Amino acid sequence: MAKLILSLDGQVIKEFTLTKERSTIGRKPHNDIQIDNLAVSGEHAIIMTILNDSFLEDLGSTNGTLVNGQPVKKHFLQSNDIVEIGKYKLKYVNEASASMSQAEFEKTMVLRAPATGNKVETTAEIKALSDTQDNVAQAPKLSDTVINAQVAPPPAAAPKPAAPPAPAAAPAVSAMPGALGAAPPAPAAAPAVSAMPGALGTVQILSGPNAGKELPLLKPLTTLGKPGVQVAVIAKRPQGYFITHVEGANFPAVNGKMLDAQAHALHDHDIIELAGVKMEFFLKS
Amino acid sequence: MAKATHTGMVRSHNEDSITTDTQIGLAVLADGMGGYNAGEVASGIATALISSETREALARHAPHELDKGSGSPLATRLLRDIIARANTSIFQSANSQPQYAGMGTTLVVTLLSNNQITIAHIGDSRCYRFRGDKLQQITRDHSLLQEQIDSGLLSKEAAKRSQNKNLVTRALGIEQQVEAEIRTYPAQAGDIYLLCSDGLNDMVEDEDIEMTLTAIGSNLPLAADQLVQMANDNGGRDNVSVVLIRVKKDFPADDGLWTKFLSLFR
Repeated sequence: MAKLILSLDGQVIKEFTLTKERSTIGRKPHNDIQIDNLAVSGEHAIIMTILNDSFLEDLGSTNGTLVNGQPVKKHFLQSNDIVEIGKYKLKYVNEASASMSQAEFEKTMVLRAPATGNKVETTAEIKALSDTQDNVAQAPKLSDTVINAQVAPPPAAAPKPAAPPAPAAAPAVSAMPGALGAAPPAPAAAPAVSAMPGALGTVQILSGPNAGKELPLLKPLTTLGKPGVQVAVIAKRPQGYFITHVEGANFPAVNGKMLDAQAHALHDHDIIELAGVKMEFFLKS
Repeated sequence: MAKATHTGMVRSHNEDSITTDTQIGLAVLADGMGGYNAGEVASGIATALISSETREALARHAPHELDKGSGSPLATRLLRDIIARANTSIFQSANSQPQYAGMGTTLVVTLLSNNQITIAHIGDSRCYRFRGDKLQQITRDHSLLQEQIDSGLLSKEAAKRSQNKNLVTRALGIEQQVEAEIRTYPAQAGDIYLLCSDGLNDMVEDEDIEMTLTAIGSNLPLAADQLVQMANDNGGRDNVSVVLIRVKKDFPADDGLWTKFLSLFR
């Protein structure tokens, strides 16, 4: 369950657990979180909590509300956010995600709306049932351990660079848009430990009209070959680089050995043959 | 058509279930929920029942025939009825056997016929369309997050950081009745349709799905495996299932021209 830790000049004053759907913050005594200071408005802000998410909203206070140094009107709170009201600080800590095993927690559950219809009111009466009865019922109780696991997915894929379309010449090597350009590395594919930190897989073409050209394998997938004739793909994975046949009657060969339909792990200085073109795979540090 | 399903890197059970039938152009994907193995049971009942009943029904009627009552293609009513029966069947097993209490499943079904695709879904299993190198999500999740996005409480970006990811607002087999969202869209040669459980779209960004289909969409089984692999490489916190369907060529109903021809004489 999420909580707010109120402090002034680094001294912790009090902790508030966000049990209510609406928790009010203000100077007047009826507020759930009362901060008795003249810089704080009578009704300063509220925090709406919907299951495991909390939202902060400034109620048009005189002196405003900051989150992590930025003034906000409405803000979706993330664990460890610092809310500043006057000289007071409120640290938002959301233990929900860490309070039980992640796998257990993320299991899909059904929300049942009040009998009126299947529209769930985002503010009220959210009843979680099913799967579930156990999971949901226990959820609030399990909050002993505090580890702040951030569950957000890895950052979005690298922006797509506008690479020049690969020359469609002969049985040359063409890359998918982006593979030739000076693209930033694609982080999405490898949030885990990379098998080869710092080493970037690169393919250098050894024969044919494009001989000498280098193709950095920046994206999670880079295709080689000519669509409709023979295409292979090199996948960049946390464990390394893997080549797989995609289309065409002939399969590519690595170090003179024909591949089958399975993915094949590439090693430094492997020689790939594809549509009559030879190329070398190597790791660039 | 190609399909792939994997338990993922964290879970012990695979509660997802998929079936496809190329002959009748049907694909069914279900992501089950419920304790022990009840999730698998629910998704298994859903896919088995829906595919066998659809097969039977299509032996009697062509899906593009118009329904006399509503004037919409028969596929819509057919799927609605079949899904309702699957719902009843799961709901009853859940209520009659204590070990299955509370089980349910999300669902996405696609049926191709007469240059059209009819898509039915319940919960947060999705259908995407890949056309002209662009990926577009066609179904809208029945989930708390989607409702918060719709009401303006959350932006799409903020939703990715939400702790309420796993809450669906509709599921098959949880209540006595459920309404499936069913829509029909025109399909084009070259389209690729992707059905997936949330194990894919929670772990792999849409751009990366699009990039994969652009790069290796010509080899559907490989693309399906690659998508599952990407979900697992990114952590694989949930079961992940994908079905890929490519529309090879126009598929007008056989009797289309013939019917038109005949109608001239009536």
